[in-house]
Amino acid sequence: MKILVVDDEVDIKDLFEQRFRREIRAGEYNLAFATSGEEALTYLQGHASEVVLILSDINMPGMSGFELLRHIRSDFTSPPPPVVMMITAYGDSGSHEQAVTLGADDFLTKPLDFAVLKQKLRDLV
Amino acid sequence: MSVPEGIGSLVIVSVIVQYLRKFLDTKNRVPKWDKLLAQFWPFVGILYGIGAVLHIKDITTWWFWAGAGTFICYVVWQIRNFRPARPVLTALAPFFAVMFLNSLVAAIAPKFHKANNDYFESASTFIYLWMAAFLYVAKRQKKSEELLHLERQQEAEARKLIEARRSELEVLVAERTAEIMKQKNDLEKALADLKSTQVQLIQSEKMASLGELTAGIAHEIQNPLNFVNNFSEVSAELIDELDEERKQPSRDPELEAEILADLKQNLEKITHHGSRAASIVRGMLQHSRTSTGQREPTDLNSLTDEYLRLAYHGLRAKDKTFNATLVSELDPSLKPVPLLAQDMGRVLLNLFTNAFYAVHQRQKQDPSANFKPTVTVRTESTANQVKITVSDNGTGIPNEVKAKIFQPFFTTKPTGEGTGLGLSLAYDIVTKGHSGNLTVESQEGQGTTFIITLPL
Repeated sequence: MKILVVDDEVDIKDLFEQRFRREIRAGEYNLAFATSGEEALTYLQGHASEVVLILSDINMPGMSGFELLRHIRSDFTSPPPPVVMMITAYGDSGSHEQAVTLGADDFLTKPLDFAVLKQKLRDLV
Repeated sequence: MSVPEGIGSLVIVSVIVQYLRKFLDTKNRVPKWDKLLAQFWPFVGILYGIGAVLHIKDITTWWFWAGAGTFICYVVWQIRNFRPARPVLTALAPFFAVMFLNSLVAAIAPKFHKANNDYFESASTFIYLWMAAFLYVAKRQKKSEELLHLERQQEAEARKLIEARRSELEVLVAERTAEIMKQKNDLEKALADLKSTQVQLIQSEKMASLGELTAGIAHEIQNPLNFVNNFSEVSAELIDELDEERKQPSRDPELEAEILADLKQNLEKITHHGSRAASIVRGMLQHSRTSTGQREPTDLNSLTDEYLRLAYHGLRAKDKTFNATLVSELDPSLKPVPLLAQDMGRVLLNLFTNAFYAVHQRQKQDPSANFKPTVTVRTESTANQVKITVSDNGTGIPNEVKAKIFQPFFTTKPTGEGTGLGLSLAYDIVTKGHSGNLTVESQEGQGTTFIITLPL
């Protein structure tokens, strides 16, 4: 399963790669990373229909996570549409509602509980 | 009994005495002599009686004239300070002298007196005229004296009136002065109150800017802390993996090396993020403290970056709909600049917050996707100065407002949203605290640029 992780923090890459090291080694997940919304869109255009799941931070300089979500839902409609989960430090209901309204599939709060995340991923399959 | 002659003269002298007493007011001026003068009529009576009894031919002989004349002239002379008395004396003295001479010559040399009777009579007539003339002069003088006296009295009264008025006015002035003094004290107190209120407002502005920071700071700290926790957890997992691998009969040295390398990297990242959090907390503490006043060489680029992110997150915490593109063009060759870090940080925070506010306002006016709110910060250094530029593509500042933005308490934000002190404090910090310059360029509807120049 190809997963695109979008977060402006560079160290997220190492964290995810270590947290999913067994899964990566077993070939279950293939992780790609983008440090901005623009980068993510560029990647998606380059690898259309490959990415099954997008995990995106909401709070990013430049294009916010919600903006990205809007673009994904409008530009990448060819079925099946990618599953998008929003990750953010702001865990309030307002953000949650907005995420749902814009078409997010799920909503996770930072600090990420990787156990919960892995369960959700397993449920997707 | 025969009637003595000279009764006419007696009467004249008595009349003169009476006139004198009235005219010269001897009762008040020379009371002792006045008592004697009052006795003159009885004295005349007694004299006349004695004369009648003793058959004296003429009572008004030379000793009568000498005695009466001397007595009367002496009394008048006593009153010489009263100016009209002088012409009286001039009137009477020669009169008595002539009468005295007349009777003396008649008594001592009667034949001579008879022979020259015409001359003596002329002299008598003349002296009567002389007396009348000078008594008239005396009367005139007395009148003018009285007029003078009246004038002086009137003057004295007028002066009294003026004095009374003056006292009244002084009372009024004293009252008015007391009023003004009270007003002055009230104003001084009001000024003191205003000054202390101003201090309070400046402090509350600092607290407000600190409050703006807390949301941003909380967010900023959360990320590093998450990494510290996550990398610690992951490292524990890696150690478990390593442990497992070591228990294997056939160990994979490459895998073990990889795990160890990852572990080392993780610890380095933990340290890095830990100190990131620590420096953010340090910065926040510094921001709330008052400045030490000493400029320290500071990495301006990292200060700028830190406050940019803090301002951004602070605004986002308040308004989730807010978003903007942040562009940093920081001169990598910039050397440490002597700064009061917390003060300059406050300046940058204020400029960034204003920029974000402006682009957010513009976005609210134009919510279409066409407008991309952007805030740009640039640092440049030349030979002798450092330039920090904060630009935004927000609503811009109209010309008539541009002149006022650095004034204390001037704000275009709705009531309660801003103290209006941010830019004025920023201006003071840059110009007075750092001998620098803070200028603004703006185009209404297009954007604004603030430029800080600091001498090196």
